[in-house]
Amino acid sequence: MSEPKTYFETVEGCKTCIMREGTGVPLLFLHGANGAGRWLPFMADLAKSFDVIVPEHPGFGRSDTPDWLDNVGDLANFYLSFMKQLGLEKVTLVGTSMGGWIASEIAVRNPSRIEKLVLVAPAGLRVKGVPVSDLFLWTAEQTTRNLFHSKELAERMLAMPLSDAEVDIAVKNRVTTARLAWSPRLYSADLEKWIHRIDLPTLILWGRQDALIPAVYADRFHELIRNSKVEMLDNCGHLPHAEKSAEFVAAIRQFAGEA
Amino acid sequence: MQFYLFHLMPYADLDLSAPDKYDSAWVTLPNTYYDPKKGHQLYNRYLDELEMGDALGFDGLCVNEHHSNAYGMMPQPGVLAGSLARRTKNVKIAVLGRALPLLNNPITVAEEFAILDNITGGRFIAGFVRGIGAEYFSWNVNPAFSHERFHEAHDLIVQAWTRPGPFAFEGKHYNFNYVNLWPRPYQTPHPPIWIPSQGSTETIEWASHPDRRYTYLQTFSPIAALAKYMAQYRDSAEKQGWQASPENLGWAVPCYVAETDEIAMREARPHAEAFYQKFLRMPTEMLLPPGYLSLKSMQGVMRAKAQMQSGDKSLEAVMKSGMFLCGSAKTVREQIIRYQQEIGFGKILTMLQFATLPHDLAVKNMEIFARDVMGEIRKMNVSPALAAAK
Repeated sequence: MSEPKTYFETVEGCKTCIMREGTGVPLLFLHGANGAGRWLPFMADLAKSFDVIVPEHPGFGRSDTPDWLDNVGDLANFYLSFMKQLGLEKVTLVGTSMGGWIASEIAVRNPSRIEKLVLVAPAGLRVKGVPVSDLFLWTAEQTTRNLFHSKELAERMLAMPLSDAEVDIAVKNRVTTARLAWSPRLYSADLEKWIHRIDLPTLILWGRQDALIPAVYADRFHELIRNSKVEMLDNCGHLPHAEKSAEFVAAIRQFAGEA
Repeated sequence: MQFYLFHLMPYADLDLSAPDKYDSAWVTLPNTYYDPKKGHQLYNRYLDELEMGDALGFDGLCVNEHHSNAYGMMPQPGVLAGSLARRTKNVKIAVLGRALPLLNNPITVAEEFAILDNITGGRFIAGFVRGIGAEYFSWNVNPAFSHERFHEAHDLIVQAWTRPGPFAFEGKHYNFNYVNLWPRPYQTPHPPIWIPSQGSTETIEWASHPDRRYTYLQTFSPIAALAKYMAQYRDSAEKQGWQASPENLGWAVPCYVAETDEIAMREARPHAEAFYQKFLRMPTEMLLPPGYLSLKSMQGVMRAKAQMQSGDKSLEAVMKSGMFLCGSAKTVREQIIRYQQEIGFGKILTMLQFATLPHDLAVKNMEIFARDVMGEIRKMNVSPALAAAK
């Protein structure tokens, strides 16, 4: 597996950790609430056809927690500065879960550096009567079991012990997630009002057995983003990139290659 | 030493299998378990018990705020304090306290407390807390902003009490063009402020700041933790250039006194065990949501609370750790005096009714405690705190 270049870049006063590897058009991957501490196989796979850029959001992982960080909109504005500072253009913007929420907020604000948008089980909208699960009441073990559909995979994840440093980062990530998404849970009324402004080609990927944000949410995103299509992954939970990485990579490659 | 009677007003008729079934007596325990007819009886019974505290000679009566739970039925403690304000004549009345970060408008508390201070002619004590973690689920307030909102709400309330109005308040969470409190508080510059806590370093350092010197109350903690946090308060005060006295330190603890040690343990057992095992039951995720504590404090509290959150919660275990005082008047008296001398607190806040303890036993407990523990300790003149109190 290829190893990424890992370095820090200061954007909007925030020292930000970036993993970067591969050649081709830029693919900016925005992680979810659990962070992106490790270079994972799907990233290496994508790096065969993209310049894959995986930052850790402000407030997550090895990145600083800036004083200005209060909500997801702050991160959207941060990433507009980030893309400008790195000179990224014609970006394939991929966001998973909370990263999908951030990606949506970026695209609403300013799509000029973005070519295509991939939303993977994104947070940010609400389907009344179908609440998202309360991840803040889940124990660490329940979280792993609930995020994966495959019990074997969940057991394998649970069997891997975390180092003290990883535990510290998990606590940090959880605190920042609460800061950004506690109230209302994983939802922005402003995004709901303005998401219809997105007219980028958009792929919505969802695991049919998503236990955090039910798959019916895919319809809501599809309904509000006119140039979007939905691809539902079977036997898959909330983390398609981890649970169905081959299908995930293939779907992005195909979508990126479409005119 | 000063003696305060603290009531939690639990839903004593709770089906005790319910907290096990729902893994909590908080937030998610269905309110179908609450019977308003029983609630009517309980509220009036508990107010009677508190009013007895005036006649029995306690220095003060205390109520507090918790939401959506069977542990304490006082989501709006001002209502209870208002009732006590008119029915008592001598005791102080303390709301310990209002959970400031939950509020979208902290002026409501400035007003409520000022009214209580006016009605009682200055018998009122103000308590400010952040609420426990469960409250952040029930009220859907972001725990990651808990500290910010607490400090800002506190500043707003104290300014509302002390600055001539109208004035503007410009904060991050709270903004007002016209802060202009009617009524102003009766006491000058404002009612005493007490800070109940479970041992957060930030809270101890903040409360002991020389501009504040707020009374620090340690709640539901083993004696070892009580000693540690009270020493921390004194050290923090000293580092900030002043000497804390016993008056600045209080200990809140459930207590049961009877004719003999054996009778006390027999009568208290089912109720004390229900208190620690059922009424306080909740998962750690609910107690400590992300951002509620700093990482450093979270580790500290988790160590101090290890016994409360997990492991043995039998009567013997909570008695041994000092989280529950139980025995004959002599036993309890000696324990309080020993801890007082070792640890140096000047106020003790006893919960003499807890969980399912019925009215007759609660009354007996209060009478024996008042006469043979409080009364005797007051006569003994053993502690430096005593002179200051009387």
